[in-house]
Amino acid sequence: MHDFPQQILIGLQLGSIYALIALGYTMVYGVLKLINFAHGDVYMVGAYAGIGAAWLLGTWLPTVVHLPSLIPSPLGAVLVLLASMMICGLLGLLIEQAAYRPLRTRAWIAPAVFLGAAVGYVAYGIATNANRTPVSAVIIGVVAWAGLAALLYTTQRRRSPGTGSRLTALITAIGVSLFLENFGVLPQIFSSDPRFFPNDPPIARLSPNVETGLIFTVSVVLMIALTYIVTRTRIGKAIRAVSFDADAAALMGINTDRVIAFTFALGAALAGAAGVLVFGLQHTKFDPYVGVLYGLKAFVAAVLGGIGNIPGAVLGGLIMGLAETLVVAYGPNVGIDSTYRDAVAFFLLILILLFRPAGLLGKFAPEKV
Amino acid sequence: MRLNCASTRLLCGLFSASAFALTFTGCANKAAETGPAAGGNSASAPIIVGEFASMTGAQATFGSSTDKGVQLAAAEINKAGGIDGHKIAIHLENDEGQPDAAATAVKKLITEDKAIAILGEVASKNSIAAAPFCNSNRVPMISPSSTNPKVTQTGPYIFRVCFIDPFQGTVAAKFVTGTLKAKTAAVLYDKTSDYSNGLQDFFQKAFVAQGGKIVLVRTYQAGDPDFRSSLTTIKAANPDILYVPGYYNEVGTIARQARQLGIKAPLVGGDGWESPILIEGAGGPGGALEGSYFTDHSALDEKDPVVKKFVESYKAANSGQSPDALTGQGYDAAGVLFAAIKAAGKPEGGDYNTDAFRAKVRDAIAATKGYAGATGDITLDADRNAKKSAVVLQIKGNNYKNVIATFQP
Repeated sequence: MHDFPQQILIGLQLGSIYALIALGYTMVYGVLKLINFAHGDVYMVGAYAGIGAAWLLGTWLPTVVHLPSLIPSPLGAVLVLLASMMICGLLGLLIEQAAYRPLRTRAWIAPAVFLGAAVGYVAYGIATNANRTPVSAVIIGVVAWAGLAALLYTTQRRRSPGTGSRLTALITAIGVSLFLENFGVLPQIFSSDPRFFPNDPPIARLSPNVETGLIFTVSVVLMIALTYIVTRTRIGKAIRAVSFDADAAALMGINTDRVIAFTFALGAALAGAAGVLVFGLQHTKFDPYVGVLYGLKAFVAAVLGGIGNIPGAVLGGLIMGLAETLVVAYGPNVGIDSTYRDAVAFFLLILILLFRPAGLLGKFAPEKV
Repeated sequence: MRLNCASTRLLCGLFSASAFALTFTGCANKAAETGPAAGGNSASAPIIVGEFASMTGAQATFGSSTDKGVQLAAAEINKAGGIDGHKIAIHLENDEGQPDAAATAVKKLITEDKAIAILGEVASKNSIAAAPFCNSNRVPMISPSSTNPKVTQTGPYIFRVCFIDPFQGTVAAKFVTGTLKAKTAAVLYDKTSDYSNGLQDFFQKAFVAQGGKIVLVRTYQAGDPDFRSSLTTIKAANPDILYVPGYYNEVGTIARQARQLGIKAPLVGGDGWESPILIEGAGGPGGALEGSYFTDHSALDEKDPVVKKFVESYKAANSGQSPDALTGQGYDAAGVLFAAIKAAGKPEGGDYNTDAFRAKVRDAIAATKGYAGATGDITLDADRNAKKSAVVLQIKGNNYKNVIATFQP
C-alpha cells in the first residue's frame, strides 16, 4: 500500500478532468433543463483543436512540424490551451444556435446556414460520386442548401416560441453528438485513425507528480474562474436568474437567449481545456469516438453530485475519478479485475441515487446553476 | 398547411430533380459493376480475390502495410500474364479494425463479389470473427499474420502463413530468460483482444517453465484513458522486464507513462508492435521505447535473393519506402494463394466461381510445401499453420528492425 498517495494523486487528476466536463453538463441543465449529450464530443473536438493549435504555433511538436518554434514553449502551451478553449467555446455557441435554439424560438438563419451547408455538402458528395460534372454537382449542392433554408424559413415562421418539448431537445442533443462523431470520422476532417500529441509537453519533461499537480491546478483555477463568473458578475447573476425561473427572468428584462448562449460557450470552453490537458499531458491517443466514454462518465459525475449544482459536479467528478483509480490499483488484490473500472463507477451511481435520488448535493442547493 | 407558394414549388422541383438524378446514376452504376462479374466464365475474365483489412481505425497501419504487400503480389502476377490468361482482381473491403465489420466485409466479398478466396486479417479478433463465414461457405481464407491458435481451428478452409502464439510466447520467454537473464516479469495485457489474451497466457506458461517468476499481472482495455494506476503497482513490484503483448497504439502510451513513472525495466512485446508509427507513438526516436524488444515474423534480411527481389520491387512501387514484416506477410499470403490457384489447374468449363474449384484450391493450399516467401520458407502443417522461424527485434533510434536473435521452430 506504500504507493497509496501516488494512486490518490492519479485519481484526483482523473477526477478533476471529469469535473471539468461535468460542469458543462450541469450548467446547461441549470439554465435549460437540457442534458446536452453532445458535450462529450465537444471535449473530443477540444483535443483536435489543441493539436491543430500546437501545429500552427509550431510548439509542442518539434519532431513533426517543420515550422520553427516561434514562441517560448511554456507560453506556447498556454496559448494552445486558450486556443482550444476558444474554438470549443465557439463550437458550443454554434451548436446552441444551429440545433437547440430553433426548437425554442423562431430563429431560422443559423440552422439554415449550418444545417443547409451540411445537407448541401452531402448532396454535392452524392452528385460527385454519381460522376456528374463539377458544375452540376455544385449546383445540386446549392439547390439542396437553398431548399433546406426555404423549408426552415416557412416552418419556423409558424412556430409558437417557447413550446418546444424537452424530449425533442434531448433527442436533438443525441443527434448532434452522433453528427460530431461521424463527421469527425470523415477522412477530410479528423479521420478515424488515432492521433496523439507526438512529443512530450513543451514544459520540459515533467515528473508524474508535477504533471498531475499541473492538471489538477489548471482545473482548479478554471473552476475558481467559473465560480467567480457565476457568483460575482452581471452575466453570472443573469445565469442564476434564468436557472431559477426563466420566464420571470425574461419579464425582468433579461435576454434569456443570450444567457443560454453564453452558458453553452462557457461549458464548452471548459471541455476544450479538459481535452488539451488530458491528451497533451497524458500522452493518450485519441480518435473521434473518445468523447463518448468521457462524456458518459462526466454526465454520471454530474448526476452523482446533483445535476444543476456546480459544487456537486466537482464533487461527483472527484468521486468518480478516485473510485475508478482505486479499482484499477487495488481491485486485482481482492479479485476484482481492473477492467471493471467502468462497471464499478456506474454501480456507485446506482448506489448513491438509491439513497439520495437528487444526487449528493442536489437537495441542499437553494439555487440551481 | 399554409406553405408559401414559391418555396413549395422550389421544394417540389428540388425533390423531383434529385430523385431523377439518383435513379439515373443508380442504373448507370449497376451496369458498370455487373459488367465484368457477369462474364465470370469467359476466357479473359479476372479471378476475383477478396481482401478484408483495417485500412482505417485503431490498427490502420496493419491494414495498409498488408494491403501494399497483397497489391504488389497481384501486380507482379498480372504483369506476368496472370493465371492461364486470367488477371487477378483484388477486391478490398475496409473493416475499420472492428470484428463485426470484418464479418460483414467477408459476407459481402463472398455473396456479392463472388470472391474465389479471401485474404485477411492481421488482428486475430477480426480473423476469428470472419473465419466461420468463409468456412461454412467453403471459401478458402488465408490470414497473413493472425497468430492466435483459434483462427485456423475454425475449420478446414482457414489457413495462415505465419507462426502461432504458443511459439511466439515461448520465443519471448526463452529470449528474456536466456539473453536478458530476467528472473521476474510483470505482464500488462489487453483483456478485450484475443491476440493479447492468448499471447500473454503462452508467455506466462513458457516463462515459468524456463524458471522465471511472474510477479504481477494487470489488464487494460483498448481505449482506456490512462495506464498509470496499473503501472504504479507494477513499479512497486519491480520486475526485470515488463511484457506488453498489445497493439502499437496502446504500447506507445504505456511506454511513455511507464518511463515517466520511473520504470526502468525493458518492455517486451509481440508482433502487434510492428508499425511504422510505433516509435512516433512512444515520443519519437530515443523516446520511451528505446532499447525495448519485440518478437516478429521476419526482419526481411536482404541476403536472401527472394527477400532482396521483394524489397527491391516494393521500393520501386512505393517511391523508395522500405517494406515491413506485415507487408511481407501480405505478399506471401497472396503468393501462396496464387500458387495454389495455379496448382489447382484449369477448372472444368472455365468457370472459377464454383464450389468444386474452391475445394481444389483449398487442397492445393493445404499441400503448400517449401514455398519460398519473402518472410521465409512456408510449409503448412496439418493444423493449417505455417512452421516458421521468429526474430527478436530491438528498437534503437528510428529503427525497430535490429535483429537480436532468431529462433527456429
